[in-house]
Amino acid sequence: MIINPVMPKPCKIIDIIRENKNEYTFRVESDITPEHGQFLQLSIPKVGEAPISASGFGDGYLDFTIRSVGKVTNEMFALKPGDMLFLRGAYGVGWPIEEISGKHLVVITGGTGLAPVKSLLSKCLNEPEFVKSVFIISGFKNEDGILFKNDLESYKKNFKTVYSLDIDKIDGWEVGFVTEHVNKIPIKDYEDNYAILVVGPPVMMKFTALECLKNGAKEENIWVSFERKMSCAIGKCGHCRIDEVYVCLDGPVFNYKQAKDLVD
Amino acid sequence: MGFSLSLEKANAILNELKKEYRIYAPKRFEKQGRYSDTDIIRYDEIDSIEEIVTGEKSTYSPKEVLFPITQTILYFTEDEYRETKMDDKKILIFMRPCDINARKVQERIYMGNGGFDDFYYKRLREKVKFVMMECTKGWDTCFCVSMGTNKATNYAAAVRFLEDGILLDVKDEELQGYFADVAKAPFEVEFIEGNETVVELPQIPDKKVLNAIKAHPMWDEYNSRCIACGACTIACGTCTCFTTTDLFYTQNANVGERRRTYSSCQIDGFDEMAGGLIFRKSYADTMRYKVLHKVHDYKERFGENMCVGCGRCTDRCPQFISFSHTIEKLNHAIKEICEQPVSQS
Repeated sequence: MIINPVMPKPCKIIDIIRENKNEYTFRVESDITPEHGQFLQLSIPKVGEAPISASGFGDGYLDFTIRSVGKVTNEMFALKPGDMLFLRGAYGVGWPIEEISGKHLVVITGGTGLAPVKSLLSKCLNEPEFVKSVFIISGFKNEDGILFKNDLESYKKNFKTVYSLDIDKIDGWEVGFVTEHVNKIPIKDYEDNYAILVVGPPVMMKFTALECLKNGAKEENIWVSFERKMSCAIGKCGHCRIDEVYVCLDGPVFNYKQAKDLVD
Repeated sequence: MGFSLSLEKANAILNELKKEYRIYAPKRFEKQGRYSDTDIIRYDEIDSIEEIVTGEKSTYSPKEVLFPITQTILYFTEDEYRETKMDDKKILIFMRPCDINARKVQERIYMGNGGFDDFYYKRLREKVKFVMMECTKGWDTCFCVSMGTNKATNYAAAVRFLEDGILLDVKDEELQGYFADVAKAPFEVEFIEGNETVVELPQIPDKKVLNAIKAHPMWDEYNSRCIACGACTIACGTCTCFTTTDLFYTQNANVGERRRTYSSCQIDGFDEMAGGLIFRKSYADTMRYKVLHKVHDYKERFGENMCVGCGRCTDRCPQFISFSHTIEKLNHAIKEICEQPVSQS
C-alpha cells in the first residue's frame, strides 16, 4: 500500500477564539505535533486547501490563527465548534531551534506575522532557560488589527517588548512601522549571541532585515518566514518555487543569507 | 532481441498485447487543429500500427498519459475523503527519445522531491513501459542534441517504422514472450546526431548574475509579445505544475471531488496569494521565470537541465516566440552582465 501524502484527515473544531474582526483562532482536535514555524494544509471540502502555520499546539490540539482573506479562509469563518476541518502535514522547515537555544532572541512581527512565532514565544514563556532573553517588536496596522491581546500582556511582563500601531494612537503603544523601532534592540550588548526572527508581509520583512543590518546585525543571525501560494505543499505543484528553492520544502523559514537572493 | 515484422503480423501482436495493455501512441485528430483544416496529433489509445503518426512531431507530449490534464484525486462526502480508484491494466507508450528523457525530468519532481512521491503519478508510472520510436531526423524547432536528450536507453522496446512493416528491438522479457514465433532479425536503433537548431547552454555563475539577469531589459519585449495563454507549458513535456480545485455536485453539496488540473507559471494568477498579492507582475517576469527554470533553476536543484529540446513550446506559441532564440538572447545578456562588474546592491 503506497501512502498518499495529499490525503487529509478529519479533525473536530474544539474552540473558535475571535481575536479581532478579521482574525479568528481555530483550535482543532489533533495528535499532530508540528515543529515551531511549520505549516499544515487545511481543507474544507467544496472550498479547497490553504497552507496555514500552526500558531499553537499542545496535548491533543492545534491552533490556527486565520485572517479572512481568501476563498478557503472566508468559508472557515462560517464554521462552529463541533464542525470538521481537514488537515495534512505538518510541512516545511520551521524556526532553527538549535540556533535559537541559549541565545538572545529577537522577534519582529507585522500583523498576522505574529501567529507563526507564537508557539515559539509560548515555549520561551514556559521554559525560561531556553533563551537568554527575548525582545519583541510587534506591529499592527491599527487597533482593530491587534492579535493575541492576552499573550501580548504576558510577553510584556516577561520580555522586553515594543508594541506599535502604524497610525492609531493608544495608551501604552508606540506609533509607526516596526522598522522605526529596530534601533531599540541592544544588538551590541548581545555580543554576537543572538537570533533575529522576522515575520510579516514581504515588504515589511525586506525593510526590517535591512534595518537590522544597518543597526549592526549579521545576515546569518536573521531568519524570515515566507508565504507563497501552494496547491500541494509537497514539492510537486510548482506554485511556491523561487529559483531552485521550494518554499513548501526548503522553507517557509529561511536564513536571511539565502532569503535575500531569492527573487520570485 | 531484434525482430522484423510485417504490418499484418505487427497488428496481430498488437491485438494480443491489448488484452494486457492499454497502448498509447501519437494519433491524428483530423481538423481539430487551431487553424481551419489543420490537425492535432496527440496521444491516445491505438488499435493498429497504421494509426501511429510517425512522420510528424506530436503536437502534445506523451506526459498527458501519465499525468492527465485534469485528474480527480479525491472524492469527499461529509467527513470523509477517499482516493480515486484505477483499473490494473498495464500501459505501453510509443515515445521518441526526447520524450523518454522528459520522463526522467518530471520524475525528479514527482518522485522524490522533498522526500515525497506523487501518489497518482507513481501508481500509473509503475504500470508503464516505453516503446521508443526511432528518431533520426527531427524537425526545424528540435534541439535535442544540444540538450543531450537525443538518446535514450531505458526502453522496453525500440521500433523503426518501414513502408510495409516494422523493425523491433525488444529488451523487456515480458514483451519478448509475445514474439516467440517471429523470426529474429538484427536491428540496432539509431539516434539523431545533429539538429538544424543548435543551442548554446547558458552558464550562470552565481546568484548575483542570476538576479542581474532577472532585472535585464532583455525580458521587456515579452510584455508585448507574450499573451499569457500557457500554450507553451501545456505542450511542454517537462512542465509539471498543477492547481487543485474542489467541486461539488449540484444535487447534493455535501458530495464532491478534488481535482487537479495542469497549471502554468505563464497564466494570470499562478502566484496570486489569498488577499491578492502577486509576485511576478508582468509577462516579462513570467517569461524569465519559465525560461530560467528550464535552463538554470532546475539544474541548480537536480543537477540536469529541465528542457529536453523538443521544441513544442516554439511550435505552439501563437506569438511565434522561439525558445531557442530566447536562450540565445539570454546568452547575450549573461555575457553582457559578466563582462561588466555587477554593482553591489
